[in-house]
Amino acid sequence: MKAIRVTAGHEAPQAKRSTAARVLTNPQAAICLAFLLGVTAFGALAGVIAPKGPNFTDLAITNAPPFTPGHLLGGDGAGRDMLARLAWGTHQSAIACAMILAVSVVVGMSSGLIAGFYRGKFEAVANFVCELFMSLPGVVLLIALYSLTGPNTAAAMGAYGLLIAPSYFRIVRGIVLGVRNELYVDAAKVVGLSDFRIVGRHVLWAVRGPVVIQSAFVLASGIGIEAGVAFLGLSDPARASWGVTLQNAFDNIYANPVAVVWPALLVSATIMAFILLGNALSDVLAASSRSVRLSPRRRREVQDAARPAPSAEPAPRAAGSSGNPPAPVDSPLALSIRGLRVGYPTDAETVREVVHGADLDIHKGEVHGLVGESGSGKTQMALAALGILPREAVLLGGSVFFDGADLLQDPKLMARARGQRIGYIPQEPMTNLDPSFTVGAQLVYGLRAARPMPKREARERVADLLRQVGIGDPKRVMGLYPHEVSGGMAQRILICGAIAPGPDILVADEPTTALDVTVQAEVLDLLRGLVRDRGLATLLVTHNLGVVADMCDTVSVMKEGLIVEKGTVDQIFNQPVHEYTLELLTSSRHVELMEAV
Amino acid sequence: MLRWLVAKAARSIGVLLVSTFAVFSLMFGNGPGIARAVAGLRATDEDVARLVVELGLDRPLPEQYWSWLTGVIHGDLGRSYFTGQSVSSALATRVPVTLGITAVTVALTAVIAVLLGVAAATRGGWVDRGVQFGSVLGTAVPSFIVAIALVFAFAINVRWLPATGYNSPERGIGAWLASITLPTLALLIGSVASAAQQFRAAAIETMSQDFVRTLRARGVAERAVVFRHVLRNSAGPGLTVLSLQVFGVLGGAVFIEQVFAIPGIGQLGNKCAQQGDVPMVMGAVVVTIFVVLIVNFAADLVASLLNPKARAK
Repeated sequence: MKAIRVTAGHEAPQAKRSTAARVLTNPQAAICLAFLLGVTAFGALAGVIAPKGPNFTDLAITNAPPFTPGHLLGGDGAGRDMLARLAWGTHQSAIACAMILAVSVVVGMSSGLIAGFYRGKFEAVANFVCELFMSLPGVVLLIALYSLTGPNTAAAMGAYGLLIAPSYFRIVRGIVLGVRNELYVDAAKVVGLSDFRIVGRHVLWAVRGPVVIQSAFVLASGIGIEAGVAFLGLSDPARASWGVTLQNAFDNIYANPVAVVWPALLVSATIMAFILLGNALSDVLAASSRSVRLSPRRRREVQDAARPAPSAEPAPRAAGSSGNPPAPVDSPLALSIRGLRVGYPTDAETVREVVHGADLDIHKGEVHGLVGESGSGKTQMALAALGILPREAVLLGGSVFFDGADLLQDPKLMARARGQRIGYIPQEPMTNLDPSFTVGAQLVYGLRAARPMPKREARERVADLLRQVGIGDPKRVMGLYPHEVSGGMAQRILICGAIAPGPDILVADEPTTALDVTVQAEVLDLLRGLVRDRGLATLLVTHNLGVVADMCDTVSVMKEGLIVEKGTVDQIFNQPVHEYTLELLTSSRHVELMEAV
Repeated sequence: MLRWLVAKAARSIGVLLVSTFAVFSLMFGNGPGIARAVAGLRATDEDVARLVVELGLDRPLPEQYWSWLTGVIHGDLGRSYFTGQSVSSALATRVPVTLGITAVTVALTAVIAVLLGVAAATRGGWVDRGVQFGSVLGTAVPSFIVAIALVFAFAINVRWLPATGYNSPERGIGAWLASITLPTLALLIGSVASAAQQFRAAAIETMSQDFVRTLRARGVAERAVVFRHVLRNSAGPGLTVLSLQVFGVLGGAVFIEQVFAIPGIGQLGNKCAQQGDVPMVMGAVVVTIFVVLIVNFAADLVASLLNPKARAK
């Protein structure tokens, strides 16, 4: 078992190896490539394996079983050697693949480039053609085409390539649109490079990865469609191909069932190799764009290793019990986060730690500000306190004490506290309401999830609270869908959702950042009033020191995953100790000065 | 909403006209070739030339297409060049066979793939890896090879189910079900494999949305988050996935009908194409296109009814 590395998060990424090297060292890609090379060699050596050709008949081996001397795979119903037919049949598959790939890549990529670069009518027509192709299953078109061309594998596969071309068209067009908007193409235009060279240099470079991946899948479908068309009897029966061989064997299945197995296996294994190769390629080439997740087992390993022995840490019931600086407000703790460590996997073996053992105490009835620049780990602290970190996050250690118990150790307790005892106000109001349900439905549902009560009562309570958060006609608003309300109103609705079950603690993650300036002030006023009236202990995550000065009693300053300073608002603003706090204060005063001018 | 409907319908009709014209041109493009196939091997060149005129294959393609189209609008799809049977009556016995199998397959796909996809997305771990591995396997093996494997198993080794042939539902639902079990299974494997993969992706996409986190934070139980909110918000993309499965299953049915000797439109189209009976093939093609477009249209319509934002328009 390999140990998982936990890194501090500031080290340089590993030196990049070449793409080819990364593909070849990926075991899945390497095995698939080796198999496909083997199949290619099998076809290329057909003349050596079976010098007499695929149609040579020897009645003595009619329906011969496999491993007959000289005939490894036996003979078919007409006395032809199975191995010879499959080896020579590889040629038909190769022709089919080449035809499909050539037509689909050339047509799809060039039309995608043109549509992406020049947009306009060409793009509209191309989109219509794509829709057209999606109305006709490929094999149905090939059946129709047979009426015109008769058995002609190359023509049929060319037509199939045309039907597949939209998959390249979409990829290339999408990438061109992205690249076009990026600065470097603009820069190239300014320098005065011709369109052609812009295409050559930048777009083809950006497009190559996805096109290579897609090609693996196209080849997989090419092998399948060639075999399928031949199986239907739409290709030249005199030419051995995998599909024709399969069809012959199938027609003869009662006399010689085993003969069906070889072509079926060969076709399936080749398709599988292409698909697995495509998957491996997309893992290698597109890995950085995807979030990495540890497997559950590895995750457990890391978390168990990081967890202290259960008795090691007594639950701090009062402030200052564990050697931390004395709490500025002399009241009992509402929530205490101790030694929190959170990491994110960067690949299957490495976890990058982003919060390095942070402590945070919130006393009953106080508003505690958590400030720091973006990326400092503030939001991670807030989400961890509620047990709603993203799925890929790994909890490397620490505790969240609430009512004397560690919520991180007891998911059931956490689930019960969440919503009911600890409310959450998110940052971005518009994306935090479920677009498919009315405002009323989701508020009522959320309230009843936290505090079971009759629906009627919940509706009344929600309406009442909506009025309290400043919504004049709650009945109407409850019937609206989220896309029908403004950002400010959505935030009021979310605040209502957080306070509806009557929590003791509020966790607000940048509650005003996404709002207009005028609305910000209103929402802050609302929050201040609610917190004061209800005596809510509040964790207010923000990057805005103005908000802190306005709302908070105490402050923690966070930098690069550590709490660097904590104290009352007065202490922090007037006698900052840590250099970083000073820096924050200075820069925010600069902003104020600039705004004042 | 109404404007959207009209625009969508107009577009679908446009696709129907253009694609049928394209296929028509392909098939009727070679008039003398068709006539030679119909006249048989012993026909002289004069016989063939006379037949070209007799069948109207000497007229320009747009004219031929127009007279075919006006016929279709009046319910007349032409007659077989070989048996003289009317195409619509041939289709009337064939279409229900294929559509029955398609409908059963897609319905089962919907249930199984949603369960597998959502389980993979929410459970993670070995469930996820199992579903993903199965998906690769299921999409890799073409449906006709699955079908051959089923015949191999059920016709040769155990004889629980009829390996080939077809019973219409009039001869008893049990007999019908027995006869479509293996064909449906052959189509189902690939269909479930690809749909489960896409449902998984859709569910993961929805679960990464902010509002899901907020619902959790509000104390909504995980089960309710998944079954009420995630499923509801994945329904739109899910319907698109299913309509694509109809497309895929109709294509696969051509092969499956060949393997299991089922008298559906795929078998009709394939047999008639090899004979050169172009009116029949054209009939089978137009029915397929029509079904695909209707299903797409219905899926889009239902998806937009499920989306409050689109519904309001």
